[in-house]
Amino acid sequence: MFSRAYKAAVTLPPLMWVTVFLLVPYLLMFCYSFWSVLASQTIEHSWNLTNYGQLLRIDVYWQTLLRSMWIAARVTIFSLLLGYPLAYFLSFHAGTRKDLLYQLVIIPLWVSYLVRAYAWKTILGSDGVLNTLLQYVHLTKHPLEFLLYSPFAVVLTLTHIYTPFAFLPIYAALEHIPRNLVEASHDLGATPGQTFWKVIFPLSIPGVVAGATFAFVLSLGDFLAPLLLGGPSGIMISNIVVSLFGAAYNWPLGAAISFCMLLLVVSLLFFSERLEKKWSFS
Amino acid sequence: MELLVSDAKFDSGSRWLLIHAVAVFAFLYLPIAILILYSFNGEGVGGFPPHHLTLDWYRTLFADAPIWDSVLNSLQVAFAAMVISLTFGVPAALALERAQFPGKALFRRLVLLPLILPGIITGLSLLMLFNVMGTKLSLMTIVLGHGTALISVATTEVFAGLQKLDRAQEEASLDLGANYWQTFWRITVPNLKLPIIGAALLIFTLSMDEIAVSFFLIGRDNTLPLEIWGRLRRGITPEINAVSTIIFVFSLVAIVFWYHLRVRGEGGADAGAEIVAAAEGKAI
Amino acid sequence: MSSITTAVNISAKAGTQTAPSTLLSIRNVAKRFGKNVVLRDISLEVAEGEFLTILGESGSGKTTLLRIISGFESASAGEVWMGEERLDRQPPYRRRVNTVFQHYALFPHLTVEQNVAYGLRVAKRPDAEIASRVEEALEKVKMSAHAKSKPSKISGGQQQRVALARALVNRPRLLLLDEPLSALDANLRRQMQVELKSLQREVGISFIFVTHDQEEAMVMSDRIALLRSGELEQVATPREIYGRPATAYAAQFIGHTNLLRGEVRGGSVRCGPLVWSAAFRDGPALFSLRPENVRLSDGNAAMAGGVRIRGKVRHQAFHGATELIRVECGDGLVLVVRTPGSSGALDEVELEFSSADAILVRESLERI
Repeated sequence: MFSRAYKAAVTLPPLMWVTVFLLVPYLLMFCYSFWSVLASQTIEHSWNLTNYGQLLRIDVYWQTLLRSMWIAARVTIFSLLLGYPLAYFLSFHAGTRKDLLYQLVIIPLWVSYLVRAYAWKTILGSDGVLNTLLQYVHLTKHPLEFLLYSPFAVVLTLTHIYTPFAFLPIYAALEHIPRNLVEASHDLGATPGQTFWKVIFPLSIPGVVAGATFAFVLSLGDFLAPLLLGGPSGIMISNIVVSLFGAAYNWPLGAAISFCMLLLVVSLLFFSERLEKKWSFS
Repeated sequence: MELLVSDAKFDSGSRWLLIHAVAVFAFLYLPIAILILYSFNGEGVGGFPPHHLTLDWYRTLFADAPIWDSVLNSLQVAFAAMVISLTFGVPAALALERAQFPGKALFRRLVLLPLILPGIITGLSLLMLFNVMGTKLSLMTIVLGHGTALISVATTEVFAGLQKLDRAQEEASLDLGANYWQTFWRITVPNLKLPIIGAALLIFTLSMDEIAVSFFLIGRDNTLPLEIWGRLRRGITPEINAVSTIIFVFSLVAIVFWYHLRVRGEGGADAGAEIVAAAEGKAI
Repeated sequence: MSSITTAVNISAKAGTQTAPSTLLSIRNVAKRFGKNVVLRDISLEVAEGEFLTILGESGSGKTTLLRIISGFESASAGEVWMGEERLDRQPPYRRRVNTVFQHYALFPHLTVEQNVAYGLRVAKRPDAEIASRVEEALEKVKMSAHAKSKPSKISGGQQQRVALARALVNRPRLLLLDEPLSALDANLRRQMQVELKSLQREVGISFIFVTHDQEEAMVMSDRIALLRSGELEQVATPREIYGRPATAYAAQFIGHTNLLRGEVRGGSVRCGPLVWSAAFRDGPALFSLRPENVRLSDGNAAMAGGVRIRGKVRHQAFHGATELIRVECGDGLVLVVRTPGSSGALDEVELEFSSADAILVRESLERI
């Protein structure tokens, strides 16, 4: 329907921009990962696999990666546990207030990450609101140390941040379920509980997969929360990368880790897309 | 004529759901509420209960020059990023919705990738680009970073708007004698007004709050989030609570405004879902 | 119990023979949505094994009434009884009532077979029983070949059969059908009407069928309940409703009719230029005269009770088996005549009808 000039005008500029500022940088990162850094802090374009070798051999990288994945997994599970019933409530029980409640959920989604992480930092510290409150009501005598500068703090904060991300696709999926299916199920003798497990939940699985992917991928790559609240025991893989681009000056190694993360994210996306298609019935 | 009791809407199941919902909302909002409360607390950031409520911290904040410099920087960056994202995001949406060309699938995924990719990867890859090109890091590099990453937001919002557009309107325009360009400007663009404004608003807000990508592309001048971040390394003060409160209020207003703009278009109560869906590679 | 006497009274009022036995009793049911009154004081009995159609335009409240019976709405007033039990106090999943939904509502993630088995699985019937009952149900609706398909892969007509099987397999006491044929094209629709009717005869359970299509209602029903703006205009067999409509609305909604407005005085009816004798009370009167009861006069002597009038033909519409002719008879009177076959081009004609065919009908009150 559209002339070739129009198509060219519309396609070429974004294509070019995206190539220069997205595709080329990723490729560059790929290239960097094969180079090495010399003692003089210059980067030598020597094209070898040392960096990847290091990743495979040195324990701290593996351990940190595994710890990061474990943290991300917990964040995902908690986000789903919090987000799903909330989405269900909004979709099926909220009636006229649905719109308002929906806004209340998406507002935290777009409001500053920093503000929210900072809020938790002030709450969880040994002089923070939570500890002093607990002592004030005499539930504890001493501040609870594990609250801050621990994996616990990181998981808690990231759950807080990514629950709305998990909520959104689940809510969208639930909203798409035709209500007459729920009525049909009741008509055929199923109680609301049976209807949920046999009809509603199976049809919402694509949303759950999407929400889980979001929460997992974004938590895995997070470096800010660990820096603010993680302490030494809460370091995640991205923090290692940050230091490699900072004080520990080894860009190629950092690039190698980043590129692996990129591959991991892309493959996770690929698999979750496949899974969603498999469970999509409309 | 007895009045019947309507179907028990609140059986025990939905009561638990209500409790859960309240708990989740509390979880989402209490930390922010506490942060706001303590921005008025004379005694500092921690401690319970708060006493000695004061506006001192806000006074300190307003006298704090570096913060306001960074606010100015952030505003400039946000505007510039908005321009870039829209300039490339709107045509990208049109291209994806209308045109067929080789590499379209790859293009689509590339454009949408920054939505779900952790900011560190986007930031670092751009850093390497600037390094190789020999560009010094500055507000400009941050602009390029935000602009690129947020193209995806512009594209998804406009794409959603395009899908809602009734093709028949454009066909009617052509039928009545207008050519493709006239139809584009007289029919298509006016119908995209709302999504574009909505996208602009959202991009602006996200850019103001952005920290992950900016972290790696920063030069001498700080944006607001990075300025705050720098101070956090030195220690937390209620002044940070004060500026956070202001950030929160502004973001809240912007998001609510954006939501109503979006919903005014078609009354769909899933504004924002298209962005998440796009990140999953679905909507587009 | 008084319910039996009420049943007799109501079915007598509806102009039918005493029904074999009453399955469902709707008593003074009303429904309001906020200020909007959708149903007013509906009382209706449904007999065992009967095919009852609730006929009405959109907005008449027919779907609401159905949903009250199935349990998806609750009545604002009144009661619904099935046998000795109050039906409306039970949630939908406990009622021995099943519904065929307008857009079928098949579960997209389950196969045809699994859809049909759903109600039985939920009731935790043994696997062997489920398998045999499902097979039987699918055979009855001729969908056995598609047992393993998903709903998205079969056509609308096929989905409709599956929805039917899914409801019937549970052996409900009452089956509700909410405009199930409205999404089908004309030929398929006619075919399904016949199949549904014979299916109902075969399984012998009561069907309550909702539609806005009056022809469909006449073809399929044992009785028709005509609903208008939340009230029952008339409840009768198709022949009775057609031949003896109770109100002007009933006369016009079902089939074509000529509505003649006139006056009765001293045993004589005068409607514009038409005059005939009839034993009605004096006063204004409204008559329904079906076009097929008006003939082109053959010139012979008028029969007893016959009424003749001359007029000019304004329009002839050929309908295949019949022809509808509009005739202007002077004094503002226009009569529509239905003749078999084609009558050729006509100009001035003389029309004739028997005064017994002019049925006195009530005015239908307009509800604001």
